Amino acid sequence: MGDEAIAQAGIDAGMSGIYAYPGTPSTEITEYVRVSKEAKEKGVVASWCANEKTAAEAALGMSYAGKRTMTCMKHVGLNVAADVFLNASITGANGGILFVVADDPSMHSSQNEQDSRYYGKFAMIPVLEPSNQQEAYDMVHLGFELSEKYKIPVMLRITTRLAHSRSGVARKQSRKQNQFKLPENLRQFVLLPAIARKQYQGLLNNQPLFQKESEESEYNTYTPGEDKTLGIVACGLAYNYLMENYPDRKVPHPVVKICQYPLPHKHIDKLYEECEKILVLEEGYPIVEEMIKGFMDHGKPVTGRLDGAIPRAGELNPNIVGKALGFPQEKLAEIPSLVASRPPSLCKGCSHIDSFLGLNEALESYGQGRVFSDIGCYTLSALPPYESINTCVDMGASITMAKGAADAGMKPSVAVIGDSTFTHSGITGLLDAVNEKTNITVFILDNSTTGMTGGQPSSAYGKIEDICRGIGVEEEHIRVLKPLRKHHEENTRIMKEELEYDGVSVIIPRRECIQTLNKRMRQKFKEKEKAKAANKNA
Amino acid sequence: MKKDIILAGVGGQGILSIAATIGYAAVELGLYLKQAEVHGMSQRGGDVQSHLRLSSNEIASDLIPRGKADMIISVEPMESLRYLPYLGKEGWLITNTKPFINIPNYPDQEKVMQEIESQPRYVALDAEALADEAGSKKSANMVILGAASPFLDMDFEKLENAIRFIFGKKGEELVDINLKALRSGRKFAQENK
Repeated sequence: MGDEAIAQAGIDAGMSGIYAYPGTPSTEITEYVRVSKEAKEKGVVASWCANEKTAAEAALGMSYAGKRTMTCMKHVGLNVAADVFLNASITGANGGILFVVADDPSMHSSQNEQDSRYYGKFAMIPVLEPSNQQEAYDMVHLGFELSEKYKIPVMLRITTRLAHSRSGVARKQSRKQNQFKLPENLRQFVLLPAIARKQYQGLLNNQPLFQKESEESEYNTYTPGEDKTLGIVACGLAYNYLMENYPDRKVPHPVVKICQYPLPHKHIDKLYEECEKILVLEEGYPIVEEMIKGFMDHGKPVTGRLDGAIPRAGELNPNIVGKALGFPQEKLAEIPSLVASRPPSLCKGCSHIDSFLGLNEALESYGQGRVFSDIGCYTLSALPPYESINTCVDMGASITMAKGAADAGMKPSVAVIGDSTFTHSGITGLLDAVNEKTNITVFILDNSTTGMTGGQPSSAYGKIEDICRGIGVEEEHIRVLKPLRKHHEENTRIMKEELEYDGVSVIIPRRECIQTLNKRMRQKFKEKEKAKAANKNA
Repeated sequence: MKKDIILAGVGGQGILSIAATIGYAAVELGLYLKQAEVHGMSQRGGDVQSHLRLSSNEIASDLIPRGKADMIISVEPMESLRYLPYLGKEGWLITNTKPFINIPNYPDQEKVMQEIESQPRYVALDAEALADEAGSKKSANMVILGAASPFLDMDFEKLENAIRFIFGKKGEELVDINLKALRSGRKFAQENK
């Protein structure tokens, strides 16, 4: 898998630590390092953190101490870590630091399809965008080298397709970890205005050097072609879809392949000069197309997502690219009309089911439209048969939006958030509500794991009541329930009581995720069998 | 040699084990391989698919172009139909006939079968029944792989070896059940294609 190639490359490139919060499609990178024997032997730190911001900051700290480090997140995770990300481009790096960001075009498992390359451009740092698993592996090495050469964080941008697609990868010789070494300039990371201005000027001065690196990069190539009626710019994965359309892998048009940013001026100038028209193929938003086209659009025709040659939204594929290249499209078989959609659903035996059945009943007398939710498995309760929740915006937005709505007079105003999401971004919102004694009822659905991404440990484990007490939720309005069918009536009664309470109340339905429970049971069974076998042999 | 395969099913039905088995055999044969999977949200009982590409030449795209797949291998009948736009003109549809019904609007099963039977090249079998005979209903995915095996252009032995490798860690008994399942699926396909 692309994710695994990146993880293994980190281990091989002498990375000392990896920090992340799980998020599809980036989760498997950190997971791989956490179970890697090699990483354990080498003492590589692999941490699931409370959120992407704390993860990125820990990575920056490791870079400060002179060691190589990686922080991994999904695209919307970079929004959470944006503060440290943009400021880290001003502090710069000491040990090599990579921000690995996995975008999700077509929103397979996300709430938007934002393109992280904009963040890279915003921060004015080099961005690497591998087109295949081997490049993903190699570019981790390149990323660390660039990061240490220019003392700058580097972004490695991948998308779902590469993250979750498997292919063979050849490894490089493994490199020792860096020694602990403080920054030469001990004020490098002190962003007081006077220092920050100097640091920022340094970043600006480096821009032509980043440009030169891009132009000389082996990953940015110009391939000549006879037919100059069209020139093609293909970024990252889009290059594969281009080649897929030419079975002999010979494109008749000149092609610029781009896997390293800033955009290599030299290659694109050449293409623009010699071709009548430019087609831009890129996964995500039309950032390269916009840059080449320019705001006033006075030059040669530049075509791509902006003029509809390629759909404005969604992931690319070989057919979309083939159509943009003008290949005749064969008539395809259609999906028979009887095929029904099969949306994901809560697992059989999931504790959330009992929580929502209770909540639905408790809210019956108030009518619909009063439940602010968050991001996790429980978001699936928006679908039938539950249809319990009314929002899903960003991590932590349940409690804060419930507060705003309560301030606007909504009563009752309910928030539903998972245990891991609560410690990710829910605590501060709850503090706001406590400080103003807002009338909200917060459900912290505690399944003791980060469920949707496959059961990573939750930072909230064993701490939820203490956190609530600590920020001032009244003891008698912290109610722990066991969400089981047999407790339905009692649970619903408690929910009703708290909905009526005029103030902040927190209800904690607590029962382990059925998936992690099953996994644990299987593990236990296996160990028992092993012990039995060992006894027999003895 | 080139084989482009769409694997289809519902989250938890074991299509990734099919992919891993074919993948292991392909690597043993020195073939190039690309396999795109679906993770995250869809794994919770939703429809899942995987694009598996094998070739003696280097492969460009992780995704199979529509209209170019050599085979759809599906562990669920309705799901096999969802990917028909991918199937090439000469392609085979290999599917389980045993439905996985976790939605209220699952279509009429007879009509699903009629659609499958209207395909020019298909193998449809009750994999769960054959898997049960082999020793475990859970090996239905290997029955389906067995049914697809005559069309894979791959030494059958290589697939058997792959099962020995992949399930070996989980004990001899499971290896045997899965091998039996694989063989019974193959037998069915050879007799009914």
